[in-house]
Amino acid sequence: MSNQKNTLMGWIDDRLPVTQAYEKHMSKYYAPKNFNFWYFFGVLSMLMLVNQILSGIWLTMNYVPSVEGAFASVEYIMRDVEWGWLIRYMHSTGASFFFIAVYLHMMRALLYGSYQKPRELIWIFGMLIYLALMAEAFMGYVLPWGQMSYWGAQVIISLFGVIPFGLGDALVEWVRGDYLISGATLNRFFALHVIALPLVIVMLVVLHLLALHEVGSNNPDGIDIKKLVDENGKPLDGVPFHPYYTVHDLVGIVVFLMAFSVVLFFFPEANGFFLEAPNFEPANGLKTPEHIAPVWYFGAFYAILRAVPDKLMGVVAMGGAIAILFVLPWLDRSPVRSWRYKGMISKIFLPVFAVAFVLLTWLGTQPATEINTFLSRVGSVIYFGFFLLMPFYTRMEKTKPVPERVTGGH
Amino acid sequence: MSQDGVNQGRRTLLVGATAAVGAVGAGFLAVPYVKSWNPSEKAKAAGAPTSVDVSKIEPGAMIVAEWRGKPVYVARRTPETLGYLEGLNGQLKDPNNSNKEQQPDYADNLHRSRKPELAVLLGVCTHLGCAPTYHPEVKPEPFDANWKGGWYCPCHGSRFDFSGRVFNGSPAADNLVVPPYSFETTEVIVIGIDEENA
Repeated sequence: MSNQKNTLMGWIDDRLPVTQAYEKHMSKYYAPKNFNFWYFFGVLSMLMLVNQILSGIWLTMNYVPSVEGAFASVEYIMRDVEWGWLIRYMHSTGASFFFIAVYLHMMRALLYGSYQKPRELIWIFGMLIYLALMAEAFMGYVLPWGQMSYWGAQVIISLFGVIPFGLGDALVEWVRGDYLISGATLNRFFALHVIALPLVIVMLVVLHLLALHEVGSNNPDGIDIKKLVDENGKPLDGVPFHPYYTVHDLVGIVVFLMAFSVVLFFFPEANGFFLEAPNFEPANGLKTPEHIAPVWYFGAFYAILRAVPDKLMGVVAMGGAIAILFVLPWLDRSPVRSWRYKGMISKIFLPVFAVAFVLLTWLGTQPATEINTFLSRVGSVIYFGFFLLMPFYTRMEKTKPVPERVTGGH
Repeated sequence: MSQDGVNQGRRTLLVGATAAVGAVGAGFLAVPYVKSWNPSEKAKAAGAPTSVDVSKIEPGAMIVAEWRGKPVYVARRTPETLGYLEGLNGQLKDPNNSNKEQQPDYADNLHRSRKPELAVLLGVCTHLGCAPTYHPEVKPEPFDANWKGGWYCPCHGSRFDFSGRVFNGSPAADNLVVPPYSFETTEVIVIGIDEENA
């Protein structure tokens, strides 16, 4: 069992499969050579995860998780701690950029059918990451204990209250740990935000990647590159992840960080979209802000909630909008993966769905006027129609033949 | 180790039994973790009644009192707005207080209060818990052209009349809650105590 090499690396490899893991996941992991722009957002999501963990650890060094101390400690970080403002904005603006990367990453999966067989588990792990990320972001937003923290928590936790037979109210009380949103709620959210959920997210990311590297990456043509191999058994259309895609991704990382820096330094609150104005006012349990809205990344689901004029059905629609994403791999019955080779209905419906999602996201941050409610209903119908009709239109429509080899690439 | 002569049935039984006992143990261990999330004794004790002087409330005005950390709205209605209550019945989800949990017996009436002019309501929207805003004037509002006074929730647009009864088309399903309260003197109410002069 001893390795032939009498080196330090050989000594380690005999005891821990470092080289083997490096080869499996980096230098001998063959990725399709035709990755395009959309394929940057996986690595960018990971980059933002690292950014959140690093800036988050530094924030906890000065943050005080208590009703009396929370708001003041965030202001202390912003004003008195050296470079504290930057670390805080890296975290708060970073959260939004994390979601931008994740949403584009999910859009990529929709475009090229990356959730289809055999990648169902990758998609499900991804959805679990997304779910955990939403919980993480929500709890993080409560921590500064501003007006929007408090009332956002009030609304979101109350959502559980719709569960019938008195279970809902008991659940709400259990989650809050009090008869109202209080210090008990703040402290447990701090614990979950800082320890529990980051651990869950990191473990899910590992599973997401292990599942990906087991079946291999999809590509813009949705072709299985393992079918055509050279004499060494290497995919003809594949290149080793390292050095080809590590270097390639560096370009995307630099460009993304440039955009991130512009927002971070010049518009860290993004005019109320990343950090809302009422959150610069301490929490007041007796006064709801005039206009209460979630941060933009929850906007779509919030708009769907508001589109339904019934409490229970509204929450069901909102939950359903997230739940339906989980079963996507089984809704798509198309014989081809990529939208490049799907039929007309898919080619039209997917961009319409994307526009509806962006519209809903925007509507969720706006007041519920008559026209906005109407648009939310239209958007919600498109959202659900896209998924619920998918088993029918993906089967009916005429697809184009998929080429043997990938198109494009270098 | 040799696999010869392994009694598979017995092994399955032992593995199953061990797993079952382990699961029971894990279940017992989960109890303290789950129960520690319940409201603490300190939180349970913090429910003292609140006294409110209502003598300074002008007709049409509202004050916000705090009871158990939640806002309680105390508003003095004008005879004009009281006169509109009956006529709104057709537009309401529950005009006759059929959901008995939303108010004590003594507030199970048209004005949903002990004294007709004085409304005492929990300022927590029955939809998702926001604090509805007070719109006392009888005038067209952006959310209702025939507004007869009451509360409007800025979060999700639920509308309540001057008795805290919810309008049709609101996301909220129930009327605003009337908290238990009583009159200590004619001008002082005590929120949190049901009995008169208790």
